[in-house]
Amino acid sequence: MPGLTIDLNIYADEEALIEALQRGDKYACACMIKHHGSQVYAVALRIVGDPDEAEEVVQEAFISACGKMGSFEGRSKLSTWLYRITTNAALMRLRKRREDTVSLDEPQVMDEGDLLPRQLGDWSVEPGQQALSSELRQVMERAVQELPPSLRVAFVLRDVQGLSTQEAAEALDITETALKVRLHRARLQLRERLAGYLVEQSEEVAA
Amino acid sequence: MTERNHKHGECRELLKDLSDYVDGDLDETLCIEIEHHMAECDNCRVVVDTLRKTVLLYHALPPESMPGEVETRLLKCLELSEYLSVQ
Repeated sequence: MPGLTIDLNIYADEEALIEALQRGDKYACACMIKHHGSQVYAVALRIVGDPDEAEEVVQEAFISACGKMGSFEGRSKLSTWLYRITTNAALMRLRKRREDTVSLDEPQVMDEGDLLPRQLGDWSVEPGQQALSSELRQVMERAVQELPPSLRVAFVLRDVQGLSTQEAAEALDITETALKVRLHRARLQLRERLAGYLVEQSEEVAA
Repeated sequence: MTERNHKHGECRELLKDLSDYVDGDLDETLCIEIEHHMAECDNCRVVVDTLRKTVLLYHALPPESMPGEVETRLLKCLELSEYLSVQ
């Protein structure tokens, strides 16, 4: 399989890479893809939930990033800036799909009762990679896709990609408090959805 | 912590802090309050335990990598094919 034949060490640090990107250096652009491409792809895939659409989002994001490098002010990390461009492109894609008729920009207004835990059975699963059967992974991926987009992006950045609260909030251009509210709602909804599967699994093990 | 029990003010009040609690971002006083409550409320104990497991399960997902052919098409699209190997 062909791959990138670039030396990531040519730039001493991120600052040097950004300077080269701002000069329009094509090698720097390829280097940025080598360094951040998989993270950008992972975010796009988990937001749009479809590999073909994720690829289009990634292309849009890097075309935009390479074209707008001059406007990058360096106030955030390069990766955070890329995540912002990618989540915007992915959310735009969801808008085009017309999956949602409400704004994607603000958290969905929920009745307080919607957040109350209903599934109260215990789970025997011990989290870790060994716990992730392909069936459980499918349940987990589907559950993420069922989240409202505004909650999905917060959850994907913070809990799947592992960004800090500050980085995820910067990437979404929202406050850390707003990020935490969205994250909490996402986790509660995911817990309910996983419970439907994991409580049943636990009961089968106990039987 | 059934829907009926959730009308109990304390369960509802603690619910909003549970993500901060499982992340270790909650101040000590509130942590102690939650732990005292959980000692007496099985439903809340299960919710905290399964919320923590939910987060840990997603943390355990292996990272997605960009497939080679997707990277190749991306470089072509950006007119960067010259950086592809010819293997």
